[in-house]
Amino acid sequence: MAKVLVVTSGKGGVGKTTTTAALGAALAQRGDRVVVVDFDVGLRNLDLVMGAERRVVFDLINVVQGVAKLPQALIRDKRLENLWLLPASQTRDKDALTEEGVGKVIADLRGRFDWVICDSPAGIERGASMAMRFADEAVIVTNPEVSSVRDSDRIIGMLDSKTVRAEKGERVEKHILITRYDPSRAARGEMLTIDDILEILATPLLGIIPESQDVLKASNVGTPVTLSNADGAPARAYLDAARRLCGDTVPMQVPAERKGFMDRLLRRRAA
Amino acid sequence: MSMGLLRLLRGNKASAPVARERLQILLAHERGMRGQPDLLGVLREEILAVVSKHVTLDPTKVIVRLERGDEVSTLEVDIEVPNDLERKRVAVA
Repeated sequence: MAKVLVVTSGKGGVGKTTTTAALGAALAQRGDRVVVVDFDVGLRNLDLVMGAERRVVFDLINVVQGVAKLPQALIRDKRLENLWLLPASQTRDKDALTEEGVGKVIADLRGRFDWVICDSPAGIERGASMAMRFADEAVIVTNPEVSSVRDSDRIIGMLDSKTVRAEKGERVEKHILITRYDPSRAARGEMLTIDDILEILATPLLGIIPESQDVLKASNVGTPVTLSNADGAPARAYLDAARRLCGDTVPMQVPAERKGFMDRLLRRRAA
Repeated sequence: MSMGLLRLLRGNKASAPVARERLQILLAHERGMRGQPDLLGVLREEILAVVSKHVTLDPTKVIVRLERGDEVSTLEVDIEVPNDLERKRVAVA
């Protein structure tokens, strides 16, 4: 049974596209057939993060409008043979994302893949609502910061009311993914804690991705972080999150504070 | 202990508990408002309609402010009325 998963957040810049690429690759690494779909019409970036920006011929809008057939628009990943990308259009016609058209494309993708991962644009406008419209599950990407948590709360409200599942009286299974978590700042009381966020949003946790240079390096070279440095902390956290999505029970790793030289020095003096 | 001392030495307080409390209060309010008509918008429209029955006014010169307190909230409506127009109006009446 294919699952449609939306990666959403409300707020921009929290790591939706990074997460879409990383989870897509992680699920494909497990052997599942995965397609990642970019819904950010006019500001597409998933192609760039996936390293497929020079291979885009047709896009989601072309398929929705019937200009191209779905197999013509799908781009196969060069590293993982069961990972595919459906890019967004770079021309600015968001109105082309009709509910009927998107619904047909998603239904078609359900027949071809195990996972359809929809990368939502920021905001709560048409692109975002279409990305979540047909979702079975949602990953809400949240930074430990007030504006991100507020926007996540708003998005949770939309997932519970504006999706096809919600309108049928069913529920979209929701997961919080905390990204850019900085354990040293959390220890100093400068950052909302994991417990604070989960209590406020009342939604279960899928994983905690630590703030790391690996993420920027991965996007620089156009490789999902789970492939570029598979032993790094963010990659391991994403791989664990993917296993949890598949129903495995994996103990949650809370990123620990890594003591630098200055920290240790200061701590010794203070004590 | 050392963490507390460290904080004392640096002279800063943990800001995360403040963030948590502000969020809890805000979200409790916003969740209640979801799906409700925009009260402020409705009030603004209706107050404007009443006032403009008697005075000619520029809708862009109307400011509505809401201050939410713990016990009571205040609604402040600031309407700029052009003097010459009002005088004309009074003269006609």
